[in-house]
Amino acid sequence: MDNASAYITATSAVRPQGVFRNGKLQWEHPAGDLQTLLRYGYEQLGSAYPKFHKMDALSKLGWLTAEVLLGANPLLERHAAPGVGLALANRSSSLDTDVRYYDTVKDIASPALFVYTLPNIVMGEICIRHGFKGENVFFVQDRFDTASLAGYVQELFNEKAVTACVCGWVEVMQDRFDAALYLVENQAGERAIPFTAVAMQHLYQTIANGNGETDSRSESTDH
Amino acid sequence: MEMEKLIADLKVQIIEQLNLQEVKPEDIGDDAPLFKEGLGLDSIDALELIVLLQQHYGIRVANPDDGPRIFQSVRTIAQFITEQKAAQA
Repeated sequence: MDNASAYITATSAVRPQGVFRNGKLQWEHPAGDLQTLLRYGYEQLGSAYPKFHKMDALSKLGWLTAEVLLGANPLLERHAAPGVGLALANRSSSLDTDVRYYDTVKDIASPALFVYTLPNIVMGEICIRHGFKGENVFFVQDRFDTASLAGYVQELFNEKAVTACVCGWVEVMQDRFDAALYLVENQAGERAIPFTAVAMQHLYQTIANGNGETDSRSESTDH
Repeated sequence: MEMEKLIADLKVQIIEQLNLQEVKPEDIGDDAPLFKEGLGLDSIDALELIVLLQQHYGIRVANPDDGPRIFQSVRTIAQFITEQKAAQA
């Protein structure tokens, strides 16, 4: 019996080698550029969500990673919407889209690109999709600083501001990408891991190596 | 015939400009509403349609109040283009 107030109950990752849920490979990427991989992932999930195609690469990556994390695990069945938070971080902010938008300014500025020239838009897309209404924060940092992110999220739990939080790293710059998300809840599943920076870091490093340690309380979907 | 071709071209351009990757030209009715019902476009899409008119047809929407009338359906957009082209001739 531990005295943790928050637990990692599920993980997901979208990496160059493929898409992972709870450390298990869901599918490998086909050959192609990032947009091709993201489109393939969307098709693999079978989600009917046409707005996906209008998103920029950062939002598509975050949306897809969250979909893998939560698809078979509807959070609002056990948490109130205002109690579900989101805390993300990356290195390049929305620079990938900023550059694309700047290129359009030379001709006619693209309204559709402009609305994605902020990194926190990805959180809005995830919240709209899943109905979350809790605390949102987006950090831009040199590297995935699990200590600072874990500290922030732990404080949200300590203050009872959230009962669940999706947190992690969503980075895109041209064809370089990396996404790892953690579902953190105030109640443990059968094999959930107490939420700490060390656990986050360990999972981040092994998430694509079949760690399979977390228990999302629901079977992963077969794709 | 010219109006029919313009409507067909517009459907392809709208799908491309608005990233409607799950929509085919034949899915869009000539008179189907583009906003709220039908394709369910939003305010950002409206701006993209204004950009489309400027880029593909060299036409500017001078009065924003005309937007709802112009962008009611693919046919109303085609009629607006035809009117503007005639005025420019």
